[in-house]
Amino acid sequence: MCATCGCSADGSVTMHVPGQEDNHDHSHEHDHSHSNGKRIVDVEQDILQQNNLLAERNKGYFDAKNILALNLVSSPGSGKTTLLEKTLTDLKGQLEFAVIEGDQQTTNDADRIHATGTKVTQINTGKGCHLDAHMVLHAVQGMKPKNDSVLFIENVGNLVCPAMFDLGEKERVVIISVTEGEDKPLKYPDMFYTSTLCIVNKIDLLPYVPFNIDKVKENALKINRNLQIIEVSCTTGEGLQEWYSWLKSKVLAPETV
Amino acid sequence: MHELSIVMSIIDIAKQQMEGADATIIEEIELEIGDLSGIEPQSFEFAWKEAVKNTPLQFAERKINYVEGLATCLDCMIDFSVKQLYDACPVCGGHFLNIKKGKELKVKSLVVN
Repeated sequence: MCATCGCSADGSVTMHVPGQEDNHDHSHEHDHSHSNGKRIVDVEQDILQQNNLLAERNKGYFDAKNILALNLVSSPGSGKTTLLEKTLTDLKGQLEFAVIEGDQQTTNDADRIHATGTKVTQINTGKGCHLDAHMVLHAVQGMKPKNDSVLFIENVGNLVCPAMFDLGEKERVVIISVTEGEDKPLKYPDMFYTSTLCIVNKIDLLPYVPFNIDKVKENALKINRNLQIIEVSCTTGEGLQEWYSWLKSKVLAPETV
Repeated sequence: MHELSIVMSIIDIAKQQMEGADATIIEEIELEIGDLSGIEPQSFEFAWKEAVKNTPLQFAERKINYVEGLATCLDCMIDFSVKQLYDACPVCGGHFLNIKKGKELKVKSLVVN
């Protein structure tokens, strides 16, 4: 059993650091036999409690080290990794970064991030459809992000499942591209409800697609009136300055308790 | 299919509670699931059937109390029931809501032996 979080590590989640190979397996066998009469146990326990406790633990670690942890969520193909590549390259020398990549399989995304010279860990969730706080805990233990850095956690491309799992992030950023439907916020409301920033990507393609950007904003704001929206194109660079300013404002803002 | 992770968490909680109560059999489990909790009942059912095999919950009777969504409109301060997070206030048509009920996701109780 894992000494820090009590995990039984019985899933098929694996961690990879480009340039080195490590593996970490442990199992836990545990038998009991007792007997007694029939009785009711009042449990009243949140089903996500274990995840939420580990998320709080991650949050404490990030706060103590003044790490800005951002959970990036979107459907597959909306351009999360490209946005990260662009950001890591453009802000190199201005901010310190680390990246956790989540995908079911392959280290392709981590390899792309590694090529920018940024510290990265790939989590392969196997059949899992989302990252959880436990996976992030172990990834962070391995990578040890620097104090005052920005930690991007690129979740598995999926607008449904990751919504329920707090990773301990400071902010959740949902990315949508103009090649998707403008009703996406309504179809996947939980993700838009729990995010603080929405990035609309690929706006250079607006002349070629029937995507009404005002409509998508209207739909997103119906779910979350406080959602901030930034339009960008990673191809032309349009709007990226606004995203960088948002990022820098979050890094500079000291946590007040 | 995050419902599978949810069922796995329920199994963990149930096992812990069963062991804590010095019992070996779970006869009943009572859950509370809000309509806005992000759980799709059909997927949950499918995940449940597969996941509980060979666990103490395999033969347990399962009761689910579904909780309907309830929101307060923060502009006119009235309460109304919601099916979706983007539902509009029936009075002002606004979307500035505080969700009061419907997000529940809990193991309420067990009957053990």
